[in-house]
Amino acid sequence: MPVAKKKIRVLGAKPGLDGHDRGIKVICCALRDAGMEVIYTGLRQTPEQIVQAAIQEGVDVIAMSVLSGAHDYLFPKVMELLKKAGASDILVIGGGIIPEEDVPSLKDVGIQAVFGPGTPTMDIVRFIEENVSQ
Amino acid sequence: MYDAKKLKEIEKSLAAWAKKTLEILDKRPEREERFETLSGIPVERVYTPLSTPESDYMKDLGLPGSYPYTRGVQPTMYRGRLWTMRQYAGFASAEASNKRYKYLLEQGQTGLSVAFDLPTQIGYDSDHPMARGEVGKVGVAIDSLRDMEALFDGIPLSKVSTSMTINAPAAILLAMYVQTAAGQGLDSEKLKGTIQNDILKEYAARGTYIFPPAPSMRIITDIFAFCSGNIPMWNTISISGYHIREAGSTAVQEIAFTLANGIAYVEAALEAGLKIDDFAPRLSFFFNAHLDFFEEIAKFRAARRLWAIIMKERFGAKSPKSLMLRFHTQTAGCTLTAQQPQNNVTRVTLQALAAVLGGTQSLHTNSMDEAFSLPSEEAVQTALRTQQLIAYESGVANTVDPLGGSFYVERMTKEIEESAQTYIDEIDEMGGAVTAVEQGYIQKEIQESAYAYQKAVEEGHRIVVGLNKFQDEEVPPKNLLRVDLGVTESQVAKLKQLKAERDNIAVDSAIGKLKKCAQGSDNLMPPIMEAVKSYATLGEICDALREVFGEYTAVSTL
Repeated sequence: MPVAKKKIRVLGAKPGLDGHDRGIKVICCALRDAGMEVIYTGLRQTPEQIVQAAIQEGVDVIAMSVLSGAHDYLFPKVMELLKKAGASDILVIGGGIIPEEDVPSLKDVGIQAVFGPGTPTMDIVRFIEENVSQ
Repeated sequence: MYDAKKLKEIEKSLAAWAKKTLEILDKRPEREERFETLSGIPVERVYTPLSTPESDYMKDLGLPGSYPYTRGVQPTMYRGRLWTMRQYAGFASAEASNKRYKYLLEQGQTGLSVAFDLPTQIGYDSDHPMARGEVGKVGVAIDSLRDMEALFDGIPLSKVSTSMTINAPAAILLAMYVQTAAGQGLDSEKLKGTIQNDILKEYAARGTYIFPPAPSMRIITDIFAFCSGNIPMWNTISISGYHIREAGSTAVQEIAFTLANGIAYVEAALEAGLKIDDFAPRLSFFFNAHLDFFEEIAKFRAARRLWAIIMKERFGAKSPKSLMLRFHTQTAGCTLTAQQPQNNVTRVTLQALAAVLGGTQSLHTNSMDEAFSLPSEEAVQTALRTQQLIAYESGVANTVDPLGGSFYVERMTKEIEESAQTYIDEIDEMGGAVTAVEQGYIQKEIQESAYAYQKAVEEGHRIVVGLNKFQDEEVPPKNLLRVDLGVTESQVAKLKQLKAERDNIAVDSAIGKLKKCAQGSDNLMPPIMEAVKSYATLGEICDALREVFGEYTAVSTL
C-alpha cells in the first residue's frame, strides 16, 4: 500500500483593498475538493499579515488574488517579506486581472505562476501538485 | 386573458402536437435532454397561452407608467427620451479623469459616472499605509474637496447628472459634490445624480465597507433625510444587484437579495421617523445584464413588479413615484473573456439589448479589454457606440416593452417573481437582510452559485465561446491603459500642500463637531458638510467616524 501523503496546505490570500473575492473563493473550494487543506485570509490583508499567516499556519503554498491592478506593488512586497522571514520555500502563485506584460517581472521576484481569467481550476490544482515542495 | 373555451381548445391541440413531436424525438433527439436558463430555471419546448393561465392583464402587466409597472416606469419610455448613456470611468488623478469625462461627453455620452479608487472607497487618504499600491488604480483618487473641484473643472454640473459609485463614505463625497457645485454657483436643489450608498451589498459581495451595520444604516437614513430637504432631485441610494451577480449569484438571487436589501433600507428609514413618500421616490436600483437574454429581460420586469407590490402592499406607499423601480444597468463584467477579447463586443451588445428591452433608465456598456485592465479610450468608444447603435439604428426603442405579451417572457417573469419572493420570505423569517448578511447567509448562497457555475463551465455543460470551445491562438492585446505607481507620489504631495495651506484650526473644530454629532443622534450631514468645506480630508473625516463607530469585521464563510 502506498504511504498516505501529507495533505498540501494552501493559504488563499487577498492582499490590498480589492473586494473581488469570487475567484479566490472558487479556487479555495476547488483546491479543497482536490484534497488540499485550505485557509482563506478574507479581504484586506497587508503583505505583512499574509506572510505572518503563512508561517503561522505552516502552509506549503500561497495563492494570491488581486483584481485592482495593485499586484505590481503587493506581489513583490509579499515575496520580499517571505525572503526576509526565511520562508522562500513556500510556493507562491498569483492571479486576477494581470496584464500579460507584467508577468515576467512578477516571475523575476519569485512568483511561480500567474493565472489569468478563464483558467480552469484543475490547471491550478495540477500546477500546485507538480511544483510544491513538501 | 383567454376565455376558458379557447384555452381548452389550445390544450387539446397542444396535447396532439406533443404526441406527434415525441414520435419525431425518437429519431431526432433535441440538443439537450433538459433545457434551462443560465440560472437553472427549466425552459419548455414552447410556450403558449396555457403557460400563464392565471394571467390578468391589468393586474399583472398594466400599462406603461402604471402600477405594477411591469411594462416600464414611464408611459412613453424611450419614445420620449432614450436611456442615459453613462460609462463608469475614473482612474489616476482628478486631472486625468476630468480629461476622460470631457472626452466621453464629446462622444455623446449623456451622464457621468465616477469610479473612485479603493482607498477613497474605504476612507483612506492616499498617504495611508493601507493605500500602498492602490492609489488611482481602479478609479480616481479623491482626498479632499480640492481633488473634487479638479475632477469637475470645466464641466457644468447644471447640465449633467453624475452617478458616484461610493458607499461607506457616500455622505462625504456627496458633500464634496454639493460644495463643488456651489463653487460653480449652483444651488443644491438643482443637482441631479446618484450616490450608490448601498452598504448591505458591500458586506455581501463587494467588500468596500468601513463601519458596522448599525451606524452604517444610520448614515444612510441621515442621507435620505438630508436630501429630501436639500437635494430633492438626487437619487439617495442605488440599491445594487450588480455586484451580487458579479460575485456569482443567479438572476433570481440577484433581484431577491437586492429587493431584500431595499426592504431593510426602507424599514431603517421608517424607524428613524421618515415618511415613506418623502424618501421612497428617490430610491433607485442597479442591476446586471448577463448572458441569458430572455431570462434577463424577464428579471428586469419581475423586479419592477415585485418592488411596486412591496411598496404598495407592505409599506403602504401612496405616491406613484414611490412604487416605481427605476434602475441603472451595467453589462456583466464577469462574462468578459480574456480569450478572443473582440468577442466581448458581441457579448456586450446582447447584454445591452436585454437591458434596453427590460426598460433600463441608464446603461453602462463594458469595454472589450476589461478582462485585462481598465479600458482604453478606443475600447470605451466602441462600447459607447454599441449603445448608440441600439438606440438609433436597431429600432428597438420605438415602442414600449416590445416583448410584453411574449408567452415565454411573461411566464419567465412570473417564475422569477415567485422564486425571488420565496427568497425574500426566507430572509424576512431570518430577521431581514441585515441579519442575513451578519450570519453569512447571503454570502454563502452567492458563493455556492459561483462554484456551481465554474464547475459547469469546466465540465463543459456551459459553453463559453473562445474559452472552452472554439479556442484559437491567443495574442495578448496592445494599447492597454496603465496607471503607474507615480500617482501615489503626486497625491501625497498634494495632501502635504493642502495641510500646509488650509486653516487647520477650522478643520479641528469641524472634526470635533462631527465626532460629537456621531456620538449623539442628530443628522450627520451638516457637520460632514462643514468638515468638507474646511478642506478636512476624506481620511480625517472617516477616522473621526471610525473612532466613534468602530470598524466592521467580515464573517468567514469558507
